[in-house]
Amino acid sequence: MAETQQATTIRMPKLGESVTEGTIAGWLKQVGDRVERYDPMVEVVTDKVNAEVPAPVSGTLVEILSQEGDVVPVGEPICIIDTGEGEAATPPAPAADDEPADRTVVMSAAKIDELQPSSQMLYDRSSGDESVSTNGKPADREAAIARAREERDELALLRIRSSPLVRRLAEEHDIDLSTIEGTGIGGRVTRADIEAYLAQPAPARPAEPEIPAEPAPQPAPAPTAPPPSQPAAQAQIEVWPGDEVIEASVIRRQIADHMVRSVTTAPHVTVWMEVDMSAVVAWREARKEAFRQREGFSLTYVPLVLSAVVGALQAHPRVNAVWDNGRIILRKAINVGIAVALEDGLIVPVVKNADEKNITGLARAVNDLVERARDGKLTPDDVSGGTFTLNNPGTLGSVASTPIIVQPQAAILSMEAIVKRPVVIDDMIGARPMMNLSLSVDHRLLDGLAATRFLADVKSRLETFNPGD
Amino acid sequence: MATEARQVTSAFEAQEAPELDPDLMRRMLENMLLARAVDERMWQMNRAGEAPFAVSGQGHEAAQAGVAAALDTSKDWCVPYYRDITLSLAFGLTAKDLLLAQLARADDPSSGGRQMPNHFSSRKHRILSGSSVIATQIPHAAGIAFAAKARGEDSVTVVCFGEGATSQGDFHEGVNFATIYDLPVIFFCQNNEYAISVPTKLQMGVERVADRAAGYNMPGVRVDGLDAVEVYLVAREAVQRARSGGGPTLIEAMVRRFNPHSSDDDDRTYRPLEELEGLRADGPIRRTAGRLKEMGIIDDAWLEETQRRVRQEVNEATREAEAAPLPDPETFDRHVYFEG
Amino acid sequence: MAEKLLIQAIHDGLDEAMAEDERVVIIGEDVGTRGGVFRVTDGLKEKYGPMRVVDSPLAESLIIGASVGMAANGMIPVPEIQFLDFSTPAMDQIMSEVARMRYRSNGDWGCPMVIRMPYGGGIHGALYHSQSIEAIYTHVPGLKVVAPIDPYDAKGMLREAIFDPDPVIFLEHKKAYRAIRADVPDEPYTVPIGKAKTLREGRDLTIISYGAYLYEALRAADEFVEEQGGSIEVLDLRSLKPLDSEAILNSVMKTGKALIVHEANRFGGIGGEIAAIIAEEAFAYLDGPVMRLTSPDVPAMPYSPPLEQAFLITKDDIRAAIERLSAF
Repeated sequence: MAETQQATTIRMPKLGESVTEGTIAGWLKQVGDRVERYDPMVEVVTDKVNAEVPAPVSGTLVEILSQEGDVVPVGEPICIIDTGEGEAATPPAPAADDEPADRTVVMSAAKIDELQPSSQMLYDRSSGDESVSTNGKPADREAAIARAREERDELALLRIRSSPLVRRLAEEHDIDLSTIEGTGIGGRVTRADIEAYLAQPAPARPAEPEIPAEPAPQPAPAPTAPPPSQPAAQAQIEVWPGDEVIEASVIRRQIADHMVRSVTTAPHVTVWMEVDMSAVVAWREARKEAFRQREGFSLTYVPLVLSAVVGALQAHPRVNAVWDNGRIILRKAINVGIAVALEDGLIVPVVKNADEKNITGLARAVNDLVERARDGKLTPDDVSGGTFTLNNPGTLGSVASTPIIVQPQAAILSMEAIVKRPVVIDDMIGARPMMNLSLSVDHRLLDGLAATRFLADVKSRLETFNPGD
Repeated sequence: MATEARQVTSAFEAQEAPELDPDLMRRMLENMLLARAVDERMWQMNRAGEAPFAVSGQGHEAAQAGVAAALDTSKDWCVPYYRDITLSLAFGLTAKDLLLAQLARADDPSSGGRQMPNHFSSRKHRILSGSSVIATQIPHAAGIAFAAKARGEDSVTVVCFGEGATSQGDFHEGVNFATIYDLPVIFFCQNNEYAISVPTKLQMGVERVADRAAGYNMPGVRVDGLDAVEVYLVAREAVQRARSGGGPTLIEAMVRRFNPHSSDDDDRTYRPLEELEGLRADGPIRRTAGRLKEMGIIDDAWLEETQRRVRQEVNEATREAEAAPLPDPETFDRHVYFEG
Repeated sequence: MAEKLLIQAIHDGLDEAMAEDERVVIIGEDVGTRGGVFRVTDGLKEKYGPMRVVDSPLAESLIIGASVGMAANGMIPVPEIQFLDFSTPAMDQIMSEVARMRYRSNGDWGCPMVIRMPYGGGIHGALYHSQSIEAIYTHVPGLKVVAPIDPYDAKGMLREAIFDPDPVIFLEHKKAYRAIRADVPDEPYTVPIGKAKTLREGRDLTIISYGAYLYEALRAADEFVEEQGGSIEVLDLRSLKPLDSEAILNSVMKTGKALIVHEANRFGGIGGEIAAIIAEEAFAYLDGPVMRLTSPDVPAMPYSPPLEQAFLITKDDIRAAIERLSAF
C-alpha cells in the first residue's frame, strides 16, 4: 500500500426517484479486499428494489461503516475505500461469454411512483368558482359567463374606465373622461369622441392647461416652447404621387408617444455650458491602455462624465427628483439612464445605484448595458427605474442639443463632442479640448438657478478631474 | 416459452461449405464483444445512479452483427431501433458516442442529449434518427430505399424492429409499399418473444413473424439469431436479392432478451424464474465464438486479446464521456427550424 | 402572365419546380394517372414518370412515412393527403417524426417536404371532407403551416415551401380551387412564408382572416364602409405558422379594434392565439374587445343543406360583427 492514503467515503446511492433509504442486505466484499470500479460491492434492499450496488471507485475496502441489517438514509456513509497511489495490475478482462459476473435488476422506483395517483386530487371540484365550471356545452358556458357578469356592473365600468386606448389618450391630453359625452356602448367615451373633443377650438376646452413661456434668468438659455397640444395620432396628411409611406414600427410608435407626452407635460428649459476637458483627457490617456488590457474593452468618456454627474447629483438632490402633480419626489437611489442609439430608434438602459460604483464599475456597467442593448438582450428591469439620464450625441459630432427628458424624471444631460478649440487662458490664447454640456430640466420643479448650479458643479468636477482609481 | 417454435433450419448446414471470409468473421465477433462491453457499462452506470435510464440489447448481438457483416456500411443505410447497439457500432458510431448519449452530453452525435439513450443517429454514417414511437421507422426505410431505387443506386436499407412492432399499422404499410416497388430493404425482425411483458402468443395470430411475409408475396425466413454466422448467411442472400433488384426480404432472427425491457422494468413480474435463470445458458457470444473456433477462424488467445482490447476501449470511452460537458441550457431552443 | 384559377396556379407551381429540380417528387393517392381527385396534378405523371409522380397505396401514414425516408435520402417529397380530414392516420408520422427530425438530431437531419392538403367546407362534403383542423398543426413546434388563397400567393408560396429546408403544411381551400382567379406570372417567383398581406387599408377597425371567409369579410367590409363611411383594414394572414405578428400588431395599434374571422372551430382555433397576442402586446391601443367570428364548436360540417347553412358563416354574419365592434 502506498504511503499516502486517499480515503474516499462511499455513500448510499439514490436507487430511484422517491427512495430515501436502503437496508444493507449483505456485503459482497470484505475489509482488505481490492475492489475495481463497478464491481458489485454490497446488496441493498429498498421498498421497490433489490440491487447490487457497484463500487464507484477502484481501491481497497478499508472500513465498513454500515452493517448488515442497518437502515441507511440516502447520502449517508456506508464504507471507506482507499484509492491510494498504488494501482493493482489491471485485472484480466472477464471471459468472452454470455454469463456475466452478476445479473441483477434495478427497478427504478421513479416509474412505479409515477403510476400511482398522487395523493392530492388533480383538481378539486369542490373549490374554485362553481359559477364558471361547466360540462362544456356552449349554452352552459354562456350561462356561466352571464352569472359572473351579473355581480358586476359592466356598463358602469365601461363608462368610467372605457378602454385602454381611451384612458391613455385622456391621460396624455389631461382630459377628465367624465366631462366628455360618450357615444360608445353604455355611454362610454370612444376614441372618436376624444378626437372630436380635441378637434374643437381652444376656448371650448376648459380643462386645457396654459403653458407659460417664461424668460429664464441667465446666462441667456433659450426656453424651448413646447408645441401647442396636438390631437394624437389622427393627422391625415395628404400623400402626393411619388411619396413613400412607411408604417411606423412598434418601437418607433412608442418613442413618438413618449416624446409627445414628455414635452407636453414638462415645460423644458435647456442650459448649456462649456467644459475644459484637459484634466479628463489627461487622466484617461494615462490609464486607457492598461484599462483595455485588464478589462477587454475601451474606456470611453461616458463613464468619466457619468462619475462627475453622479457626484453632482449627490450634491444637488433636487435634480435627482421628479414632479408629481403638486408634490416633488426626491429619489434616494441614483439610477442614471444611458441613451443608446439603435438602428430604428433608441433605448435607455439604466445604471442602477451609480453612486455605489467607482470608475471601473461604471465603465463595466455602461459597457454591458450598451452591448446588450445592441444585441436586443435587455430585460424590463434594465430599462426601468431611472432617476436621471445621460445622453451622448457628441460621438456623432453634435456640439449643442436640446434633449428631451425621459419621463418620469426631472432632467437630462447631453455630453457633446470634445473639440480642440482656441481659448483664452491668463489673457493668452491656448488650445484646449472643449466639450459642451446641454442640460434640459423640468421647469415645474427646477428653476434656472438650480439648473445652472448643478451644471456648474458637473463642469467643475470635470475640470478638476482626478478621482482615485 | 415454447422451444419447439424456435426450431429453425440451419442455413449453414443447408449450404455445404459456405464461403466465409475469416477477416469478416473476426470483425463480426469483435463487433459483438464491443457491443456487449458497452451494453454492460451502460447498465452499470444506471445501477450506480449515474444515468437515469438504460436499454439493453444483450442477447441480440449475433443477430445484429450477422446482418451488418452482410452489408456494405460505406453506402448502405441503417434504420435502427432501440436495441441496435451492435448494429450502430457496425455502421460507424463508437463506444464513446454511445456513452455520450447515455450520459446526455452536449457532444452526443445522435441527439446532443435531447433524446433518451439508444436513439442512435448519424447522417454521416447513414443511420437515420428515430423516435420512441414503435414501428414508425419502417415506412422511413421504405422511403429511403425508394429514393435509392429511383436514382438507380444499388444501396440497401436495413430496418430493425422487435416482434411487437409487427402488430403496428406502420409495419404493414411500410412492407406493403416495399413489395409493390421491389424496394431494396431488409426488414430485420429481432424476435426475443416478449414485447415488454406481452409474449408472442398474445401478440400475433401467426406462428412466426416470418409467416407474415407470404401475405405480401415477399420471401420470409426465420433464422437462429444466436449464431451470427447463420444470420450472416441468410442476410447475405437477402442483400444480394435486394441489390440485384429482387426486392425486399423479411428476416426473423430468434434471439433472447437477457435483461428486462429497460432499466425501468422488472421482468420477474411476468417471466417464470426457471426461464430467467436458464436464459444465459445459451447466448450469442458463446455460440458464435464456439462456431468460429470450430471453423478454426479464431482461438482462445484471440478471444482473450480482443476482449481485453474492447474492455479497454470502453473504459477509455467511459472516462472521456464522463469528462465531457453537459449541453449549454442556452441551446435548448435551437434547431426547431433550419438555422442556416 | 395570365389570369389563372387557384388550381391552375398550384399545378403550374408544381410543374415548374419538378422541371427545375429532379429531387422534387409527388406521392399520394390518385395523384398520378388520374391527376388527383381535384385534378391539381393533372398531366404530371405523363411528363415526369411514375417514380416522380407516385400513385401510392391507400395508406396515409405510409405516404408521410415514406416521404420522411425519401427526404432523408436526398429527395424533396411533396406528398398529398387527399383531404385534410384524412390526415389523422398520418398524424403520428407528422407530429412525432416530420416535425421533430431536426430538433431531435440536434440539427444533423432535417425533413424538407411540403404536405399538400385540401381543406375547408361549403361543398356538401359532410363531416369527413370539410374540416379545418389546421390549429392542430400550428400547435406543433417544427412545422410551418400556410393557407394562401390568392392564386398569385399560392404559386409563389408553394415554390418557397418546396425549397424550404423545413416541413411545410400547404393548405388549399377546396371551394376556392375553381372560384378564385388572379394574374399569375409564368416565370418563377416566390412569396415569403410568415408575411401577411393587407387587402384594404383603414383606420377604424381591423379584420384578420384567411381562407374562403376572407373574401366574404372583404365584401362585408366594403359594404359597411360604403354605407357608413370610415375605413376598415383587412389582412390576409396567408401564413399561419409562422404568424405575421408584426403586421397584426401594427394594424391593431392603428385602428384599436380587431375582428378575427376564420372557418375553423372556435375553441382552440388560431383566433384565440391571435387574440392573446393582441391582448399581450397591444393592450394600451385597444378601443374595444378583440372579437372572433368563427364556426361554432360543432363537428364540421353536417350534410343536409339547412344544417350546412346553419354551420356556415355568411357575409351578413360578418357585417353584423363589424357593426357590433364599431359601435362599442
